[in-house]
Amino acid sequence: MTSVHDHSSPAGEPTVDVDDPALSQFDLVREGARRDGVEIVHYAPRFPVPGTREERRAERRIATLFVLAGLGSLAFLVIYSVWPFEYQLGAGRDKWFTPLLGVTLALAFFGVGAGIIVWSKRLMPEEIAVQDRHDGASDPAERKLTAATLLSAYEETGLRRRPLLKGALAIGVAPMGLALGAPFIGSLITDPKDDLFHTGFGKGTHLVRHDGTKIRPADLKPGGIETVFPGIPGGATNAHADSPTLLIHLRENEAEKAIANSRKGYEDAHVGNFFAYSKICTHAGCPASLYEQQTNRLLCPCHQSQFDVLDGCRPVFGPATRSLPQLHIALDEEGYFVSQHDYKLAIGPAFWERP
Amino acid sequence: MKRPTIDPGKSAAWTDDRLAVASPVRRLMNKVFPDHWSFLLGEIALYSFVVLLLSGVFLTLFFDPSMQEVVYQGPYTPLYGIPMSRAFESSLEISFEVRGGLIMRQIHHWAALLFMASILVHMFRVFFTGAFRRPRELNWLIGMTLLILGILEGFAGYSLPDDALSGTGLRIMHAIVLSIPVIGTWTAFALFGGEFPGTDIVPRLYIVHVLLVPGLLLALIGAHMGLLVKQKHTQFPGPGRTEDNVVGHRMVPGFAAKAGGFFMIVFAMIAFLGGVFQINPIWLFGPYEAAVVSAGSQPDWYVGFLDGSTRLMPPWEITAFGHTVPALFWPTVVLPGILFTVAMLYPWLEQRYTGDRAHHNLLQRPRDVPDRTALGAMAVGFYVVLFISGGNDIIAEKFDISLNAMTWIGRVGLLVVPPLAYYVAHRLCLGLQQNDRETLVHGVETGIIRRLPNGAFVEVHQPLGPVDDHGHGELGYAGWAVPKKMNRLGALGSSVKGFFVPIEQPTEAPVSPAPSRELTGARGDD
Repeated sequence: MTSVHDHSSPAGEPTVDVDDPALSQFDLVREGARRDGVEIVHYAPRFPVPGTREERRAERRIATLFVLAGLGSLAFLVIYSVWPFEYQLGAGRDKWFTPLLGVTLALAFFGVGAGIIVWSKRLMPEEIAVQDRHDGASDPAERKLTAATLLSAYEETGLRRRPLLKGALAIGVAPMGLALGAPFIGSLITDPKDDLFHTGFGKGTHLVRHDGTKIRPADLKPGGIETVFPGIPGGATNAHADSPTLLIHLRENEAEKAIANSRKGYEDAHVGNFFAYSKICTHAGCPASLYEQQTNRLLCPCHQSQFDVLDGCRPVFGPATRSLPQLHIALDEEGYFVSQHDYKLAIGPAFWERP
Repeated sequence: MKRPTIDPGKSAAWTDDRLAVASPVRRLMNKVFPDHWSFLLGEIALYSFVVLLLSGVFLTLFFDPSMQEVVYQGPYTPLYGIPMSRAFESSLEISFEVRGGLIMRQIHHWAALLFMASILVHMFRVFFTGAFRRPRELNWLIGMTLLILGILEGFAGYSLPDDALSGTGLRIMHAIVLSIPVIGTWTAFALFGGEFPGTDIVPRLYIVHVLLVPGLLLALIGAHMGLLVKQKHTQFPGPGRTEDNVVGHRMVPGFAAKAGGFFMIVFAMIAFLGGVFQINPIWLFGPYEAAVVSAGSQPDWYVGFLDGSTRLMPPWEITAFGHTVPALFWPTVVLPGILFTVAMLYPWLEQRYTGDRAHHNLLQRPRDVPDRTALGAMAVGFYVVLFISGGNDIIAEKFDISLNAMTWIGRVGLLVVPPLAYYVAHRLCLGLQQNDRETLVHGVETGIIRRLPNGAFVEVHQPLGPVDDHGHGELGYAGWAVPKKMNRLGALGSSVKGFFVPIEQPTEAPVSPAPSRELTGARGDD
């Protein structure tokens, strides 16, 4: 950037002597700009005659904005310090704390910002400056010198005529990179084993509500639906996020249809008119929790996959490709719902290892 | 003589004695910035980022990214006694127990939305005006990387509170990672430290959100601005503007004052949004539970287009040799992969297509490059269909349209809208060009109707420059903005200023084309 060009003057223009006492401050500014490749082609005060009404009006406007900003900041500080802010149930003054802070803070910043902008647009001299660009490639001579320096650095190592070192470098340095990276990858690796194929349900696991209570057929009316969890410690927590299941009590005529549609191996999965399906959508894993009683469809609210409960929870619309897996259920000797065994299929979204 | 205790000249001399910075400081102050409203879009992104850093530091003082299970006993009574993670509890504490915590949370969230929005619109500006052309391809790449990192950072951020919405988002992200062929399952288990959700992901996302990605963002923003300063700003073509100069204001005082003021106004806007408009009320969603989701679960807007593509994707799953490539893989991994790769490579694709490898510092008006503008419109059309589809359940509910119909509208729209947008944009560009050429030849309509001796009516036109024997303008088409109205030419005097009191009396309505400004001595408009 500091090439000779910056300090030479355009043809025909005498070089300015910066020590000349006759020069005004603006002459110096202009000369500085000229040396930086900038020409100030237009420079004029906004108000050639000082003290006009319009100028005073502009001044007052700017002052008002700054005063407003100050008032905003002050109000902000007062509200921040003394307004009750801790949450109280129902409508209370605490509900106004955040909005008031927002409005006063916005006022403070807006006042300062607008004040500065109006100041620069209305009071500061208007100018148009033109700066030369010196872009594009470097000077060819400079390029040549740098290229020579780079090449020479490479040649000084002698890598070109010492193939042994070249090979040794590759053998020595590449593993070093791997060694550096290995802990970051290796520590994270967790064997999935067959975790994705198992849920919290097993042989004879009770189907329980969120609060851990067991369920009997009489607890659910026809057309009713209940989210159930495996009756094991932590069964209803996120530790068993793959286990939430929908227990559905179909109406008589609909249940007949659903039973008739039973897939092979699932003929005995239901108990009377009760069916249990995984609640975890086979598309992206959201809970497919919106049950439309009229059409007997389950809708996943994330991407709108729809499953037909009367046809083995087959996906009938949306991006899901697989039926919601069915849980084989039975009743224990006391009449509570239990699972016969774990899900036969992996629940939830598909993955590479899943057949 | 006694000198004043604080002497700016003296401290400047002290600094320069040691650092010799007189010329670089002056050169920086004299740097010329061109003026156009569209150049402010990138600034909004920069200022939102500053707000994000400040509010983010505040939040880290109180947020605890722990998945330890606790029972809530704070002042928000509806959740009293509910088991939840410590992360969610500390988010509630920020909202209800930290003085000014809620407004900081909301400011942080709004600033993130604004950050992403301004990046996107800034990118549109750069694209449609050809500012990415040589020598600025590198900055286009950096900008695209910033956009992608921004999405990542936003996702990591809204996953942290461990509320029902963020847990659902994580659940979907988990399924997306699972869907990657061959490595998906192992990658998901590595990221989550086991089965979903586990207890590792939130603390890991926390360090990604507060250290790794912000560090990268900061470094890349620095590089982005460094290149801008080195290569100088582009400018629109116009009188006196060439490929070899920059016409505008020097940085100090003009540009710095306006930019500083604008920073304050952006800050004010975010503070207003953060205070008055509730966002992400996690206490209404409750803690994340795998079995719970609410209707209308949407990600933040900048992820919305991917949610849309996921919803529109038909159920096409590939199963072979005992392995599965899930349908989810295409709209969430492959599609964004293609979109971002094509966008990143666009400067080189265009160079290959047009053969234009020249240096460009002058921008192009969108109308002057119909092919690019139409391609851009096509991309925007594609994006908008995906974005709308990301909220198709809300639209279906509010406008009482069938949800399935909305999905089909999206699927068909994705194929029909982009080509349509291409065609319309292309025609619009040509039409606008034609209109400019017409004005150059025939002049500006004055609104003055003259009756000819034969009874015909004609409108008087004001030529923009010298005319030939037929009264046709001789100015060539240069890609400059062409004035279309008389007051753009300085005729009719300047507009009346003043809100309550007119500052100057309106000038007399002129007869026929007004005399030039020099003759009347009318004040220029500004």
